[in-house]
Amino acid sequence: MADMLQQGIAELAKSLARKDFSSAEVTRAYLDRIHAHNGDLNAYVTVTGDLALAQAQAADRARAAGTACTWAGIPFAHKDIFCTTGVRTACGSRMLDNFIAPYDATVVAKMNAAGMVMLGKTNMDEFAMGSSNETSWYGPVKNPWNRQLVPGGSSGGSAAAVAAHLCPAATATDTGGSIRQPASFCGLTGIKPTYGRVSRWGMIAFASSLDQAGVLTRSAEDAAILMQMMSGFDPKDSTSVDLPVPDYLASLEQPLKGLRIGLPKQHFAQGLNPQVEKLIRNALAEFEKLGATLKEVSLDNSHLSVSAYYVIAPAEASANLSRYDGVRYGYRCDKPADLEDLYKRSRAEGFGAEVKRRIMVGTYALSAGFYDAYYIKAQKIRRLIKDDFDRAFNDVDVIMGPTSPHTAFALGSKNKDQDPVAMYLEDIYTIAVNLAGLPGLSIPAGLVNGLPVGLQIVGRDWSEGQLLNIAHKFQQATDWHTRTPGVGPGVSGEK
Amino acid sequence: MTLALKDIDNIAHLARLQLGDAEKQEALNSITSILRMIDQMQALNTTGVEPLSHGFDAAQRLRDDVVTETDRRDTLLKLAPNAADGLFLVPKVLE
Repeated sequence: MADMLQQGIAELAKSLARKDFSSAEVTRAYLDRIHAHNGDLNAYVTVTGDLALAQAQAADRARAAGTACTWAGIPFAHKDIFCTTGVRTACGSRMLDNFIAPYDATVVAKMNAAGMVMLGKTNMDEFAMGSSNETSWYGPVKNPWNRQLVPGGSSGGSAAAVAAHLCPAATATDTGGSIRQPASFCGLTGIKPTYGRVSRWGMIAFASSLDQAGVLTRSAEDAAILMQMMSGFDPKDSTSVDLPVPDYLASLEQPLKGLRIGLPKQHFAQGLNPQVEKLIRNALAEFEKLGATLKEVSLDNSHLSVSAYYVIAPAEASANLSRYDGVRYGYRCDKPADLEDLYKRSRAEGFGAEVKRRIMVGTYALSAGFYDAYYIKAQKIRRLIKDDFDRAFNDVDVIMGPTSPHTAFALGSKNKDQDPVAMYLEDIYTIAVNLAGLPGLSIPAGLVNGLPVGLQIVGRDWSEGQLLNIAHKFQQATDWHTRTPGVGPGVSGEK
Repeated sequence: MTLALKDIDNIAHLARLQLGDAEKQEALNSITSILRMIDQMQALNTTGVEPLSHGFDAAQRLRDDVVTETDRRDTLLKLAPNAADGLFLVPKVLE
């Protein structure tokens, strides 16, 4: 009983099947723990206690009747970007502070169908635009490893919640690094699948050609379970790909002998913290012990990935966010003088500074006279970035390197309205992966001064199974993924 | 490319955002710094490179031309800031 909160998804399934404890018991334990620690961490923006207990009791009844699915009754949290029927879905924005979703995202429906128990919705950067969770209308999230630091973003609430054991796992989304960077900063396993693997239907859009849903967990095995649940073709998302989903659990134990690992020289260059580099090199040595070989590769155009991204993502965002007009749902300003005033003030008051900034950059990049110089140019560079990866994958099976150049940084240190570029450069190693549509994963590779460091693993299209297999084998050989910040009583940690 | 405050006025209008004077100045400063970073792209010769709009070049999938949505008018209108008689209400458009 006492170790309920230590268990991941795979262990919880076994405990529930053995009737060590009920879903209602573990759900209540999590709700108590959220009650005790969320005020401090701000990881959840909505806690759905009544709904969670009802789902837990339904799972317990199904288990008693012998009709429960394997994963029924396991608690988790959704990033507040996924529409959840009858529950506020605010996407970190004042614009949607009053928005009660009238339907379930496909990801939500799939997890409901598996009998999973939603504890609540997690905090995030507004419309997923940020790398520190500081742009949220609901305030910043604290990193459970050190409350003076950011948890990363945009899925900072999900990462902090999982790291602090306020849930065993959480959904997340990644447009330029929003799953992998928080995974790195909070010591978690985080996977962004291949673009098109998971349905985007009901996932509030930021940049539609880059957005992809995934998960944050405390092990690769748990990530494999949840990716199995979430993945698959969805006719409601026209960019969802109609390919069978392999059995991710079945391939977890494949030996790594002969695995060819590529190391992009640009990801081990100036700007990388030497202590982070040392841990990454140690992790690579561990893979060599497991039978892998290392080879330097070059991603020649990777220095332009942040530039191209900050044309493409804002351009798509400016179009996607034009739907928020104060007319059909969401925030509306007081006493609009006329229709134009209604649009302009509702959007000015409903959106925060970073969202407005990106809408304006995108509007500018798409405006007459600048379209070719910015938007088309960025798309050409996107092609070259993808070609770089294709070339590298001729010689190697996967690419590895640091997820972030450093460990978590201080709250307030990079969130500067006058110069947002320092924050944008946070995603220097992760952004190209979204531009190319490839799957990427971050796993804990050690601690620098008591703070987690993430190793990024990038694979070919549809290689999620292989990435999870590689991560799982590493986690069998090492114990970095088991380190936790130890928040409050009931969960042991580093300190 | 150098931006001026009047460019910010134009962009904010196109994006339908009402900005105060302080916000305009801040937008000018921050967008100027973003464009400086973006302009690093211009140094690379991309002549003859085909633009890529999507991670993989996939054809748009088509579906049968049949109604799939159910009538949820009342549910959806409940989300509107102001609605009456089955309609979204906005300030008067025609005099």
